[in-house]
Amino acid sequence: MAVGIQVDNLNAWYGTNHTLMDINLHIPASQATALIGPSGCGKSTFVRCLNRMHETNPIARVTGSVHIGDLDIYADVSPVEVRRRIGMVFQRPNPFPTMSIYDNVASGLRLNGFRNRRVLDEVVERSLKHSALWEEVKDDLKKKSGASLSGGQQQRLCIARALAVDPEVLLMDEPASALDPVSTAKIEDLIFQLKSQYTIVIVTHNMQQAARVAERTGFFLNGKLIEFDSTHKIFTNPSDKRTEDYITGRFG
Amino acid sequence: MTLKTQEARVTEPPSASVPGTETPGTASLAGEHSAIRKYLLGRGSSVLADRSFRWLMILCAFSIFGIVVLIAYELVVRSRLTIAKFGMHFFFASAWNPISDNYGALPFIYGTLVSSLIGLIIAVPLAIGVATFLTEMCPKFLRGPLSFLTELLAAIPSVVYGLWAIFVLVPILRDHINPLLIRLFGWSGLFARPNLGIGMLAAGVILAIMILPIISSLTREVMTAVPHTQREAVLALGATRWEMIRMGVLRNARIGIVGSMILGLGRALGETMAVTMVIGNRPDILKNLLAPAYSMASVIANEFTEASDPMYLSALVEIGLALFIVTIIVNALAQLLVWAVTRGAPARVS
Amino acid sequence: MASQYQTSAFTRIRRATTNHLASGLAVVSTIIVIAPLIAIFAYLLYKGASSLNLNFFTKTPAPVGESGGGMANAIVGSGVLLAISSVLGVPIGIAAGVFLSEYGRGGKLASMVRFTADVLNGVPSIVMGIAAYSLVVLPQGHFSALAGGVALGIMMIPTITRTTEEMLLMVPHAVREAALGLGVPNWRSVLSITLKTASPGIITGCMLAFARVAGETAPLLFTALGSSFWSANLNEPIAALPLQIYVYAISPYDDWHRLAWAGALVLILLIVISVSLVRYVTSRGVLKGAS
Repeated sequence: MAVGIQVDNLNAWYGTNHTLMDINLHIPASQATALIGPSGCGKSTFVRCLNRMHETNPIARVTGSVHIGDLDIYADVSPVEVRRRIGMVFQRPNPFPTMSIYDNVASGLRLNGFRNRRVLDEVVERSLKHSALWEEVKDDLKKKSGASLSGGQQQRLCIARALAVDPEVLLMDEPASALDPVSTAKIEDLIFQLKSQYTIVIVTHNMQQAARVAERTGFFLNGKLIEFDSTHKIFTNPSDKRTEDYITGRFG
Repeated sequence: MTLKTQEARVTEPPSASVPGTETPGTASLAGEHSAIRKYLLGRGSSVLADRSFRWLMILCAFSIFGIVVLIAYELVVRSRLTIAKFGMHFFFASAWNPISDNYGALPFIYGTLVSSLIGLIIAVPLAIGVATFLTEMCPKFLRGPLSFLTELLAAIPSVVYGLWAIFVLVPILRDHINPLLIRLFGWSGLFARPNLGIGMLAAGVILAIMILPIISSLTREVMTAVPHTQREAVLALGATRWEMIRMGVLRNARIGIVGSMILGLGRALGETMAVTMVIGNRPDILKNLLAPAYSMASVIANEFTEASDPMYLSALVEIGLALFIVTIIVNALAQLLVWAVTRGAPARVS
Repeated sequence: MASQYQTSAFTRIRRATTNHLASGLAVVSTIIVIAPLIAIFAYLLYKGASSLNLNFFTKTPAPVGESGGGMANAIVGSGVLLAISSVLGVPIGIAAGVFLSEYGRGGKLASMVRFTADVLNGVPSIVMGIAAYSLVVLPQGHFSALAGGVALGIMMIPTITRTTEEMLLMVPHAVREAALGLGVPNWRSVLSITLKTASPGIITGCMLAFARVAGETAPLLFTALGSSFWSANLNEPIAALPLQIYVYAISPYDDWHRLAWAGALVLILLIVISVSLVRYVTSRGVLKGAS
């Protein structure tokens, strides 16, 4: 059910700032792929190019192609359609503050016009179970607002919200960096369980996290993809010296 | 150099089984899965809806320009009779005679300008004093209530000010202040009998009270915008508190303070009801500030419904046109000055 | 040698005195400013409260010389005018505010719109009255509540535009991103997410506009005209509270003066409640829960 992502000659600019240079890689389906690198290396920009979120900035520009499965997301469809097939979880949890837990999870469907109550109920329950939040909130679904949960719970709520629209790919931009260690562990467990059904791309500052959850890892530096290989290889025997320097903590 | 990191244990879950997490059954609800996906895929690009909505918002934003254009158009069209008949002479003549169709706006311009000037002269020092007190000297617990009170002052409608002015201010002026002014300053010709209470001075005083909150709150904003480093630098040189305020704050904020003064002027020029109720409504141009006078807004307010013939109406509308143009210029100038100081942050609507 | 760096005693005393004088003046000016406010309120209460009885709120004006009249029609009339002006002013004002915040942010067009709105806010309200007279009264041939509503509505638009923009700017960018990331179309996101999140603030902004417009007299002088009777027809003149206060205030009758005070008290109370409510809501944090 999940699909792979093929990126060819991707270049990105913010105005005159050339933020991504000639990125080529294939992200395999039904696996978790981690993207690591120092601050400002372009990994967040890259991930946002995968669901055309960088276009929300009016001075952003992209050349090259990105194929989700066999769909060219820049040529064949509009950004809105792309984002319906690709879910995104952001660094800081951002549940909709005026909505209840139920409404938050259902929002992706409701705001696209979906009305069937019975199906919505089931989707909400399923998504919350998938994101390991169901047991904690099942009694307060409609009573509590999304913003009244703890940080870790909010992030799991955002994951449930992203899963409810049944995406083919799940993008996660440093999902646990704003959370405490217990919540972080829960999120990592989640990723582990989800990757059999979804293709997951996770940007992380935390190398141990990449090592824990991802089969493949890509190392970004200054807008270029330096190395992309199995996680085991990257962390034990990297081919590029820059990768090795980063992993051993020489910089970043 | 290989390094010993934790081996990527990608075949096992990172931690022991987490309580409360059921392994999601992938086979169940597979039908729901594809139904939702199919629904969403069929939703279309909504480019048309987005574009239409955006244009609707742009249209409404253009309505702001549209309002200005509309007002200007109506004012010009309805005043074309007197524009044609009198031209620029309209603003320099003092006759106001509906019977002989002879109109001149000079008395009203004089009344508006002088009453606004009096208002400014009284209000500006007081406003700066209040602003200084509230920003630099006021104990913290008083700041909230006092600024709330000044905000309330700005919210009082003109007609209520006018009501209070007729029954409280005018008697005070007539019985206590005007005689004093006549006695002390009568030699200048500015204060002379007859002392009716109503007149130019009364209008100026009530205008002062009305524009004070605006000038003071804006002055407070620009004073607060002066960075603390400026204050500290002056204090470090051994200045007293007043000297610190004068050199470190007021000097830096003076452009904004001038802007707030001009904004207050703009408000005073257009103030209608309170002025109409106490200015005396006599189109005379006199040096005596205690004599009745007439302002541009007041003559429109008083005589518009009585304007029976088109020329009369046209004269009144032309006065309205002059008021419109002048207040736009004055307000635009003030906005630019205040903007320059507060660096374009969305100005507060008070 | 040290003497050339010592300030003279005279200078020190002069500077200290100036300092104290300036502080004193600042305090005095504050008192002078607050005093009329307190005086006005006190006088309103003193003069107005005694005339506030049931008649005031239920009866229309009585003929000169008779007591027992009220301002019921004026209060209702003000409500009607407010309703008409809201229909015109609120949707357009909010939409323009949405444009400034969501579609034009940072652009030249938005700066010009914002500047024009601020300048419009300073145009005397009587000029709006003339415009409405020209637009509605002259073609129709008679005064009407509709004309008054149009004049007030035009006044509302710039005010509501600016407050809406301010409130929308406070919605955190993360909330908009969350909606976009879900594949929600932009228009739907603006309506159902951004506007909804900012709605407490936008509503209070509208209330501020209502409070301001409710006290306006000048634009109604030759549009709605005022009336002593109940009015059911939007094409007829209609009474309004500030108009009635004005008419009574400049009249020579004591009875009517008392009614004017009572009316002013009611008007002030309504405005004080609105301003306080606005302050309360904005201080509590307009966006409950949004971090």
